[in-house]
Amino acid sequence: MKLKALFAALAAVWMASSALAEDMKMAVTTSFANSGLADVLLPQIAEDTGIEVHLLIVGTGQALRLGQAGDVDAVLVHARAAEEAFVAEGSGTHRREIMYNDFVVIGPAADPAKIAGSGSAADALRAIEGAKAAFVSRGDDSGTHKKELSLWASADVAPEGDWYRAVGAGMGAALNTASGMNAYILSDRASWLKFGNKGDLALLYAGDPVLFNQYAYMPVNPAKHPHVNIDAATKLEAWLTGDTAHKLIDDYRINGEKLFTFNATAQ
Amino acid sequence: MNDILQGLAEAARLTVTLDATLVDITLRSLQVSLTATVIAAAIGLPFGALLAINRFPRRRLVIAILNALMGLPPVVVGLLVYIMLSRAGPLGVLGLLFTPTAMIIAQVIIITPLIASIAHQAMRDLWADYHDLLISLHTTKRQRIRALLWDGRRALLTAALAGFGRAIGEVGAIMIVGGNIDNVTRVLTTAIALETGKGDFGLALALGFVLIALAILVNLVMHVLSRTERDSRW
Repeated sequence: MKLKALFAALAAVWMASSALAEDMKMAVTTSFANSGLADVLLPQIAEDTGIEVHLLIVGTGQALRLGQAGDVDAVLVHARAAEEAFVAEGSGTHRREIMYNDFVVIGPAADPAKIAGSGSAADALRAIEGAKAAFVSRGDDSGTHKKELSLWASADVAPEGDWYRAVGAGMGAALNTASGMNAYILSDRASWLKFGNKGDLALLYAGDPVLFNQYAYMPVNPAKHPHVNIDAATKLEAWLTGDTAHKLIDDYRINGEKLFTFNATAQ
Repeated sequence: MNDILQGLAEAARLTVTLDATLVDITLRSLQVSLTATVIAAAIGLPFGALLAINRFPRRRLVIAILNALMGLPPVVVGLLVYIMLSRAGPLGVLGLLFTPTAMIIAQVIIITPLIASIAHQAMRDLWADYHDLLISLHTTKRQRIRALLWDGRRALLTAALAGFGRAIGEVGAIMIVGGNIDNVTRVLTTAIALETGKGDFGLALALGFVLIALAILVNLVMHVLSRTERDSRW
């Protein structure tokens, strides 16, 4: 047996593991990563600050749990009530708004429930429920899922029945399911624009102010988890709220459409 | 069908141009799964031989449990390892969560029962042949295990390769404990899950074809190195 050759090969593979720079872990929502914005921001962050940001791409609910357990150094999510609870319980030091985009209602281009031109997001959801048209829900406690549930509540409709399908998956996987079933779905605009498997789906409703989608950044509290890299988290916050981030976020476009709007304020 | 052709073309393009990202995640896949296979084989092969040779109370129960553990759901293993390694968990101080080491730990747990179980089956047959000889030579238990492991090495290679096959294609556990972090813990299977989520089926399939090719390549290399299936040898 040429064991030596085998071990040499193993050693070579082992050595290929990446070297360590100053790095930090940040839990972000699927929309931040799937939109492609992360690919634009991260290299610039590394260049300007020397910080390698390691992204954990999960739903908002899981991102906040990772922060609570101290498994990440910061979180960037979009669910205001849950974020405020996160800071109030001492898991995060503070909440800093970074940027926003909006949620959109996607559905089959033929629009069987006739939601295009609805007066409000609640009207659109009521029309879907009235027509019992298939609707795919994230069902994963993410920011988008929380928003969807609050919209159903405001429409005074309990989403139940065969037509309502909770898939318990990320934005992309849920969009794939909706595409396969030709169903309606609530998505953030960025994920929808970047999504590559649109099939017969089309953007049918957008524009209601309740569909506003604010992203906020929260460093994990070093008083609760002494091992977190608060220096890097603070540096990253300064960068995310600074001019370079402002320009990159506002200029980021897919097919000519603007995805995010920077709205961080100086403290 | 069009997606599959597109995937094949994309796979060919990525491989021929030695795409930097592809090379990176492929090497990491190999690093994690080969390391896990080596560790799991170091535990599982002797354990399988020991089970074949030793007679002890509840032996049947141990073997039944071992066989059942072959079907261990990766996502459950991932969750357990995650809870252990989380900062809030008992081993949190090690800071291993979301590192390749965590992925290796999860894969070792998944494939060790598989390797041990296959090794046990092979060693049991061999032990039936060797039993009288080794007993009459007054060999120690350690010597018997070594003799069995050496003479059954080709069957054991199959056991290790089966373990490797399960490890390299596994996604449920390493997604949870590795976190699919770009440049750190992203491997072929988690990258495929990510690209599928983006609806980029072409790239996802291309990575899938690379994964299949890689599994075949590793198997071939192992066979060449151990000189099996050649000439008149078995």
